[in-house]
Amino acid sequence: MDKHVLLVEDEVNIIEAMSFLLKREGWRVDTHSDGATAVSAIRDARPDLVVLDYMLPGKSGIAILTELRALPDFATLPVLMLTARGQSRDREEAERAGVNRFMTKPFSNTEVLNAVRDLVRG
Amino acid sequence: MTATLNLLVGVSLIYVAFLFAVAFAAERAAVRGRSGWLRTPLVYTLSLSIYCTAWTFYGAVGYAARSGMEYVTIYLGPSLVMIGWWWVLRKLVRIGRSQRVTSVADLISARYGKSNTLAIVVTIMAVVGVTPYIALQLQSVTLALSIFSGPADVDGNAGLNMQSAGFWVAAGLALFTVLFGTRNLNANERHDGVVIAIAVEAVVKLVALIAVGVFVVWGIAGGIGPMMAQIDASDLGTWQVDRSRWAALTVLSAAAFLCLPRMFQVLVVENDDERHVQIASWAFPVYLMLMSLFVVPIAVVGLDLLPAGSNPDLFVVSVPLAQGQTGLAVLSFLGGFSSATSMVIVATLALSTMVSNHVVMPIYLSVKPGGASKSGDVRNVILRARRLSILLIIALGYLYYVLSGGSGALAAIGLISFAGVAQFLPAMLGGIFWRGATRVGALSGLCLGFAIWVYASLLPSFGQGAVLPASFFEVGPWGIGWLRPYAFFGIEGMDPTVHAVFWSLLLNTSVFVVGSLLSFPKPLERLQGAQFVNVFDHSGQARGWHASVAASEDLMIMAQRILGAAEAQALFRAAALEQGMTGHLPEPNPAFLERLERELSASVGTATAHAMVSQMVGAASVSVEDLLAVADESAQMLEYSSQLEAKSTELSRTAGQLREANDKLTQLSVQKDAFLGQISHELRTPMTSIRAFSEILRDAEGLSVAEKTKYASIIHVEAIRLTRLLDDLLDLSVMENGQVSLNSATGRLEAVLDHALITTQASGDGRLRIVRHKTAADTALTTDMDRLGQVFINLITNAQKYCRAEAPQLEISVRAEPHTLAVEFRDNGTPIPDAARALIFEKFARAAEVEGSGAGLGLAICREIMARLGGDISHVPQASGNLFVVKLPREAALAAQ
Repeated sequence: MDKHVLLVEDEVNIIEAMSFLLKREGWRVDTHSDGATAVSAIRDARPDLVVLDYMLPGKSGIAILTELRALPDFATLPVLMLTARGQSRDREEAERAGVNRFMTKPFSNTEVLNAVRDLVRG
Repeated sequence: MTATLNLLVGVSLIYVAFLFAVAFAAERAAVRGRSGWLRTPLVYTLSLSIYCTAWTFYGAVGYAARSGMEYVTIYLGPSLVMIGWWWVLRKLVRIGRSQRVTSVADLISARYGKSNTLAIVVTIMAVVGVTPYIALQLQSVTLALSIFSGPADVDGNAGLNMQSAGFWVAAGLALFTVLFGTRNLNANERHDGVVIAIAVEAVVKLVALIAVGVFVVWGIAGGIGPMMAQIDASDLGTWQVDRSRWAALTVLSAAAFLCLPRMFQVLVVENDDERHVQIASWAFPVYLMLMSLFVVPIAVVGLDLLPAGSNPDLFVVSVPLAQGQTGLAVLSFLGGFSSATSMVIVATLALSTMVSNHVVMPIYLSVKPGGASKSGDVRNVILRARRLSILLIIALGYLYYVLSGGSGALAAIGLISFAGVAQFLPAMLGGIFWRGATRVGALSGLCLGFAIWVYASLLPSFGQGAVLPASFFEVGPWGIGWLRPYAFFGIEGMDPTVHAVFWSLLLNTSVFVVGSLLSFPKPLERLQGAQFVNVFDHSGQARGWHASVAASEDLMIMAQRILGAAEAQALFRAAALEQGMTGHLPEPNPAFLERLERELSASVGTATAHAMVSQMVGAASVSVEDLLAVADESAQMLEYSSQLEAKSTELSRTAGQLREANDKLTQLSVQKDAFLGQISHELRTPMTSIRAFSEILRDAEGLSVAEKTKYASIIHVEAIRLTRLLDDLLDLSVMENGQVSLNSATGRLEAVLDHALITTQASGDGRLRIVRHKTAADTALTTDMDRLGQVFINLITNAQKYCRAEAPQLEISVRAEPHTLAVEFRDNGTPIPDAARALIFEKFARAAEVEGSGAGLGLAICREIMARLGGDISHVPQASGNLFVVKLPREAALAAQ
């Protein structure tokens, strides 16, 4: 069975690019663009991996991650967070909230796919 | 007889030395604070006996010998005052104390608004009025001396050179007074030594008179029965009573008792305790009664015993002398000497206080401005002024004695003085009982009364033709009959004394009342008037001036509060030590209170210090002046505190502004961080897409043409987005640096709007419904059309991006006014919160709730543009939705060309 990834991102073009890359790696890709409903979407979808944007309409990526980690079933779910803000404080904040991997945009396709593979294997 | 004279001089000198010793001891005791025995009701009563001068001692007998029982009026007046009017005295004493009055001149001046003119007038009147009285004392002492020196020779000259004797007596009295009264300057004008000395003298004169009386009744007449028979047989027994003279003299002596400067000195200034007045109110009449008891017997026996033509004024001495009772005669002489000296001392002391305080000091201070700041200097000046005044006053007395020939009957001279000082009565009583009395009334009454007295009583006393030409008395000055000194208004046949007293007091009082009714008091007069008339309402319980030890403790507590514990304790301990007391609480005598007041005033101001100490000691009330000064100080404090308050308001306002600025800076800093994040996000997001798709295009195999085209066009769009962002940033930066170039052109606002709508329609997602309210008005204007269009585009784009209503809508309307045009953009989205509204036009700012593309530069750019175009852009709070209003002048004075 294919691995299932939930892509939480609001930029259409980035969704397009990430979906293309992950599908080519054999992932089943679902997307969700609204921050406010992201937690329930993750709970419903029960993905193997979440790729989470830092800056979302409705609720920030950090808030979503914090809520998710508070749920027993999702305490260890691998989460890759992507940010375009590029401030070191954001990374520290994300790590405290329990992120597995934190990457700053823009990144190379190889880089992001390696990170995804690491997360799922580990 | 010369041996007797020498004996007499010797005895007198010893007596004076004794008085000095008593006075000195008393002052020592007072300084040490052991003055309790000095200030008793008995001493107070005895000190009042200076009313009984040599005139009373010698003159009463003479008076009785000449005019029968009339002499009683001289005792009757004061007795009536003491018994019936003791409450008037009490009021005077209370006022005197509460106002710190130092003399009768001070009292009248203080009552009428602290008028110095009034003080000077009263002083001059008192000096002139009392001068005959001092002359009378000189005359009596020299007369008594002449009795001892032997009978008159064939030429009628006394064996003693009367003038030179008078001079030496005057010199002696002057020296005595200077030494007694002005040894040091006493701030409250109280003289413990003098008071005790005159009390001793009071005893001596009473004892002397009674001794002579007892000798006359039992030693000569042979007991009370024969004495009474002898009196009945004499002329005195059948003497007719002149009612008008009796009434006038009683009134006169009562008035004099209250008004004489020396009486005021002992009654009011030297008073130590108000309650003493009550005791003296019966004790003093008893003293007077004892003094008058043997007057008639001595007069009757003297008239019978001595050869016709003997001076009846000297019976008190000459009767014992004629009987060979030299010892008794010497005692009697000492009694008379006591009467004379005590009167002269106190009278000149009181007068010199008035002269130096009201005449010399004002002149000195006006001549030497700044002199008052050197207190040591001034004290010396005051002392010198006092001494000089004493010499001057006694010299005047001596002059009067010489000029009047030393021949007048003692009683007549005394009455002249009485009538002179009685002129103070209307102003004095009116002042303490009638609030309507004014300075103008008092001054005119006093001056008129005094003038009448001088004209009708004083000048005629030198003899008809001596000062006033004899024609004055016969036909009046310049033939004006109704101005004759003894017959005013043509009313003849009045006794000269009654005449002078009647007219002077009547006109004085009338003018005083009328003048007061017609004039308007100054504020200080009004306040002082209220304070004087209602003194009992203001000054609390009657009690001794010396505070009790309990008050000492209160004072200590208060002083500690103000000066601090250590300093206050040191002050009190030092004072106690100086008073010769053990422990740390001194007796709160006036000297100490004054010192404490001085110490306190350094901290709280003079007036406040005085008020505080007065309140503690309880006796002295707070005077109007004090209250005014306190009010002054309070006003200063209030002003000071309001200044402080203003400063603190200013400070807190500044602090508020700083806090506001800080808040704004903090907010801006947060906004700046957010902006940097946003800018980073805005730059990195398109770059991420560009990088990802360019790598896909490069690396991925088997992409369809459609896919390749799609990915390439994404790269293209994102590249454009990046460019626009960079353009905006550049635009803003340029405009902020004022380097913008504007191209002014004339056109129609509607056209600019149309263009903006077309431009935004192409980029938007088409959800936003735009409602255009066209206006028929002329919308012509001259401005930079491109920049204005940019503002409109920004506003429309914002509505497209951020209006999240169910059916987003934007209404655009134009209001055309003569000189301005206003464009309103009203959307139906979520209103921008109050907190954010202040910041939306700042660059980097974005309404926090609103997410999405845009770096928060749009409105900042709009604001910059509108400022350049001479207009403005504002956000108007709405119940729902947002309203942006763009205003601009039709003829833009473009800010930077």
